[in-house]
Amino acid sequence: MTTTTAPLLDVRDLHVEFHTRDGVAKAVNGVSYTVEAGRTLAVLGESGSGKSVTAQAVMGILDTPPGRITAGQVLFRGQDLLTMGEEHRRRLRGAKLAMIFQDALSALNPVMTVGAQLGEMYEVHQGMSRSDARARAVQLMDRVRIPAAKQRAGDYPHQFSGGMRQRIMIAMAVALEPDLIIADEPTTALDVTVQAQVMDLLAELRREYATGLVLITHDLGVVADVADHIAVMYAGRVMESAPVAELYARPAHPYTRGLLDSIPRLDRKGRELYAIKGLPPSLTAVPPGCPFNPRCPMAQDICRTDRPPLHPAGPGRVSACHFWKETLEGSAR
Amino acid sequence: MGRYVVRRLLQMIPVFVGSTFLIFFMVYALGDPVAALFGDKAPDPATAARIRSELYLDAPLWKQYLHYMGQILTGDFGTAFTGQPVLELMADAFPVTLRLTIVAVCFEILFGITLGLLGGLRRGRGTDTTVLLLTLVVVSVPTFVSGYVLQYLFGVKWGLVSPSVSPYATFDELMLPGLVLALTSLAYVTRLTRTSVAENSRADYLRTAVAKGLPRHRVVTRHLLRNSLIPVVTFIGTDIGALMGGAIVTERIFNIHGVGYQLYQGILRQNSPTVVGFVTVLVLVFLLANLLVDLLYAVLDPRIRHA
Repeated sequence: MTTTTAPLLDVRDLHVEFHTRDGVAKAVNGVSYTVEAGRTLAVLGESGSGKSVTAQAVMGILDTPPGRITAGQVLFRGQDLLTMGEEHRRRLRGAKLAMIFQDALSALNPVMTVGAQLGEMYEVHQGMSRSDARARAVQLMDRVRIPAAKQRAGDYPHQFSGGMRQRIMIAMAVALEPDLIIADEPTTALDVTVQAQVMDLLAELRREYATGLVLITHDLGVVADVADHIAVMYAGRVMESAPVAELYARPAHPYTRGLLDSIPRLDRKGRELYAIKGLPPSLTAVPPGCPFNPRCPMAQDICRTDRPPLHPAGPGRVSACHFWKETLEGSAR
Repeated sequence: MGRYVVRRLLQMIPVFVGSTFLIFFMVYALGDPVAALFGDKAPDPATAARIRSELYLDAPLWKQYLHYMGQILTGDFGTAFTGQPVLELMADAFPVTLRLTIVAVCFEILFGITLGLLGGLRRGRGTDTTVLLLTLVVVSVPTFVSGYVLQYLFGVKWGLVSPSVSPYATFDELMLPGLVLALTSLAYVTRLTRTSVAENSRADYLRTAVAKGLPRHRVVTRHLLRNSLIPVVTFIGTDIGALMGGAIVTERIFNIHGVGYQLYQGILRQNSPTVVGFVTVLVLVFLLANLLVDLLYAVLDPRIRHA
């Protein structure tokens, strides 16, 4: 059986386009990544790198039109979600794979009480009665440590603080103990002090239910603590994918190195902060060859003409750079 | 919530006084009701003076107004120049207009929201474009055209309904007039619903609803419609006030003896007590409709309720 050996989530060569007035925006250009059951994959990238769009394609909540999946597979336990019937896929959503959104205020329905929004999961997926579902919702709110959960279940999203709202989003995601949670920048909209609490809660629940997690972020600091594996995305492609410790210690792609170098460090206090030169390419005009070549300090002629394949760069890691070997050696610290 | 209602009720008082005084001023001060009573003949000065004194018309305008308002508060709307008490005219006219309004609002809700939802869910596609074009046509055609055309087609040519309404003005007789009356608002309700649905279907919370694995009908009814109908319900609420104001044109076409008809007659014959009395009640209806809308808004949108 393939299902027993297949990874929890296996995204293969995914392509997503958006038809806009300015032309076709190629948001995702052949992204591949895998998540093993119970493990955490961090997807790292700037805005516009295609990390959220990939997640939306996996969840099946891409706006189509204007979005369109033009190629690729999304295998969930070996089954391709993209060719699956809509009804089958709907039953998986929420129950087997769930999503946490960035801004809980806009992601929660403003005119429904949070208790009703949480309870809805049990009503729809488990056929629970409304009162039973409501009781489960209160338990869930308790579990994510919302004070006075019973009373607050009757409140509306705008009556909660940002951190509490994000806890409700997390509660909604873990409600049916899914196998996979995709968290799209779950702490970006929060205060720094609250960020850590929410991140800890998410990590705790993930461990408790042994859930696989795709953590989408642009925050290198968040990643190091919670992720097992990192995929770095740029212009709709995976640039490098590696276990966390190895990627931080020895990046095998100039883009990753640039990102790591631009983290402010206390031992370099007073010196000018490093920044990758230039801007990410427009998705309607991605440069040929390696999309990073106009900004890359190591770019050669071949980078401007040939798109680098994903080179195996060690156990469990790949790099989409023609000069991955030189980069890897150059970044030994 | 209770304090909000009280505040809103108090706010209604100056609006009511201001608008009724304006109407009173315009009808009584700018025309001469005694002269109107005599028609083309010049009245005998002594008789005119006697009538003026009897009708309280020799007092200053603000005294006249206070006197009138005092009478209204005791339920006395005065007597029309025809000798009929204005209250009697109202008792005949308002129930008819109320029935007409109910029919019209039902049409608005039924067709307006259905068509708007269809268009909004399929924005940019054939259904949507057709609905939008249709509403544009409906809005562009004046009521006296659509009214006569539908009356001719349904009432005269095909004989499906009676072309004019009997004095009893029963609900089934008011179907066609109600539709004619509703047409313009129906088009607005359609467009409003469509825009609101289209806007909300791109909202983040709708994406969440889909990501939760809810069936499509639940996503649409519980999440999309519930949010999209907030502006629509408030529009319909305001429209009830406007529709109650009488559809002068529609009531004329179908010979319905409602509020619009009475007002029209009153203005035509310079029958001041009728005009002022009806308009005063209409001001009240409008204010109450607006209050209802504001309260409804708070019920529908918890963000306002708790603000």
